Amino acid sequence: MPMRISLTDGAFSLTEDPFTAVSDDWAIPQGDVIISLTRFQAEGEGLLSEGRKVGVRLESHEEVEALAYDLPRLSVVALAFPKFGDGRAYTHARLLRDRFEFKGEVRAVGDVLREQAGFMVRCGFDAFEPADGSTPEDWERATHRFRHVYQRSTDRRAPAFAERGE
Amino acid sequence: MYQYDTIDKDMLADRTAEFRGQVARRLAGELNEDQFKPLRLRNGLYLQLHAYMLRIAVPYGSLNPTQLRKLAWIGRTYDKGYGHFTTRTNLQFHWIKLSDAPDIMDHLAEVDMHAIQTSGNCIRNVSADPYAGATAEEIDDPRVWAEAIRQWSTVHPEFSWLPRKFKIAVTAAPKDRTAAKTHDIGLNLKRARDGALGFEVMVGGGLGRMPYIAPTIRQFLPVTRLFSYLEAILRVYNRHGRRDNIHKARIKVLVAALGRDEFASQVEAEWEKIGTAADLPDTEIARIRGAFTPKAFETLPAVSEALEAARAATPAFARFVRNNLKPHKVAGYGIVEVALKAIGETPGDATSEQMEAVADLAERYGQNDIRVTHEQNLVLPHVKLDDVPAVWAALAEAGLATPNMNLISDIIACPGLDYCALANARAISVAQNIAAKFADPDRAEKVGELKVKISGCINACGHHHVGHIGILGVDKKGEEFYQLTLGGSGAEDASVGQALGPALPYDKVADAVDTLVETYLRERQDGERFLDTFRRTGVAPFKEAVYADAN
Repeated sequence: MPMRISLTDGAFSLTEDPFTAVSDDWAIPQGDVIISLTRFQAEGEGLLSEGRKVGVRLESHEEVEALAYDLPRLSVVALAFPKFGDGRAYTHARLLRDRFEFKGEVRAVGDVLREQAGFMVRCGFDAFEPADGSTPEDWERATHRFRHVYQRSTDRRAPAFAERGE
Repeated sequence: MYQYDTIDKDMLADRTAEFRGQVARRLAGELNEDQFKPLRLRNGLYLQLHAYMLRIAVPYGSLNPTQLRKLAWIGRTYDKGYGHFTTRTNLQFHWIKLSDAPDIMDHLAEVDMHAIQTSGNCIRNVSADPYAGATAEEIDDPRVWAEAIRQWSTVHPEFSWLPRKFKIAVTAAPKDRTAAKTHDIGLNLKRARDGALGFEVMVGGGLGRMPYIAPTIRQFLPVTRLFSYLEAILRVYNRHGRRDNIHKARIKVLVAALGRDEFASQVEAEWEKIGTAADLPDTEIARIRGAFTPKAFETLPAVSEALEAARAATPAFARFVRNNLKPHKVAGYGIVEVALKAIGETPGDATSEQMEAVADLAERYGQNDIRVTHEQNLVLPHVKLDDVPAVWAALAEAGLATPNMNLISDIIACPGLDYCALANARAISVAQNIAAKFADPDRAEKVGELKVKISGCINACGHHHVGHIGILGVDKKGEEFYQLTLGGSGAEDASVGQALGPALPYDKVADAVDTLVETYLRERQDGERFLDTFRRTGVAPFKEAVYADAN
């Protein structure tokens, strides 16, 4: 079974990935799947009624708002990084967590490098498919690189101004 | 000025440790150049024509003597004994070795300095009025807000991978010394009738290939709501700014494409959803404000006898006072402009010795305060008028007393083809040729305020679009040509310059500027600046004169 890095209760580990990422020109296999937004809009209802878990892959140009009403039924939203410099998915992750209160897995897929770890975790991602061969230990190190942060964000980490106020 | 606390210092230490690791991985071949590039850029490191260039942040252009001495030392130790102050009020060293860069970062961190986000598609060094805390014109101290923005924008979780670079300026005076309207966001502090403080928010200015003057999207934003509003602007941009074409990726293109009203309404809608959760608590603003409490000023007479006597005795000093000494909010004090525009030198360059001389003067006469201006000069913002003769003498000795502030030889120029891999043409030597034409200070003063800005390519780092006379280097079949524009301004009366006519060859540019000036002197009516005359007459008389000469 394929693996992904999961972040649970602040710890990174390699976990088995029960989901099959299905591209639009493949037939849907058995079991839990991650499909495109377009396919979800066409076939999602049917798949969910079969009782399996469904995730949606959102490309960086697609709008999270398109999923708003379906989020409670989704297990995973996979946010795509077509290039590691394309930062739209950070906003998507924050909106999923903070605005739509999505409780499922928010997974980073595509050009995902350990250099982005700190940003991703702060924006609410909790699963990662790194493209650079990095390990959970690399991600652990990368997210603890900075002892402080200056901003409030989705991770609820106390920002510098709150630490100062203590 | 703001003092870094343990948290701020930890941030720098952690950042330099991270960067050291990235450089080690690059040198070991674990990162290729494509992967390393965005990482080094976020730490101010560019690969230029001859070597690496390191761009060090000078947040809101504010330095203390210890910091300036450290920069001088770095210049002497790791570079060729000088540095270059930029239009973003940063300092660049152009001859850096990659393997030295982590050590330099550590040295900088010792004096609370860094190169974080001085490049890359992220929020860049925030700039502010160089006269902050010294000018009577200001409504509030813009540095308070600039420092808060510095912290907020540092390693921002959501907005560190934007479509393109992002620049913010804060000013609090009617006279705009930050070129706010050429920024991605320009913030102008205002006071409402009831005394409340707020910002006029201007978004989508910028130069480069497509120059835009930023339209105002909100007339009055209560200061307490600044950070939720910034978040709303950045979020709309991060989601909808173009990423398919680097030349159309700045926020100005999004604002222009949507139109100001539609862009503003998207921001307002997002802002409403964000609510107050993203705003900074008043206690933190108060803490930062405490770091900028007004200096202790002596009670002095408004007129200094020592200064008046020196002025009467020494014409060169009198000229310096006329051009480089600006009014201070406290009687008996002045703001001294330190010129990095000596005739024949590279605009914005300062040698390590010059940096040390300015640091000494700031310590002895200037309340330990030094500013960098976007026009590439330095400022000693708090000098007793009684001390100005001594300051002038020391500056003159160091080659820093050129009495040309805002005059024709106070030129902005980018590094151009001499250093930059992007340039099409030289900029520095064009500036030197023009300055040499107007080396006679009487003539320069007679001409009055005239802002010449030169860029070596269309990226417009020399701000040519907003020069009263703008000069843009272009490449024509391997030869350097220059496109002249007239009537631009980066100040409160911002506008984009208008093309004069066909581009001119390198050796005709200074003559053409001379002709433009002569035309202005002939056409000008009482009290008009070059810009005013141009705006009244239009381009015709100037065009006629320059191209009549060329034929």
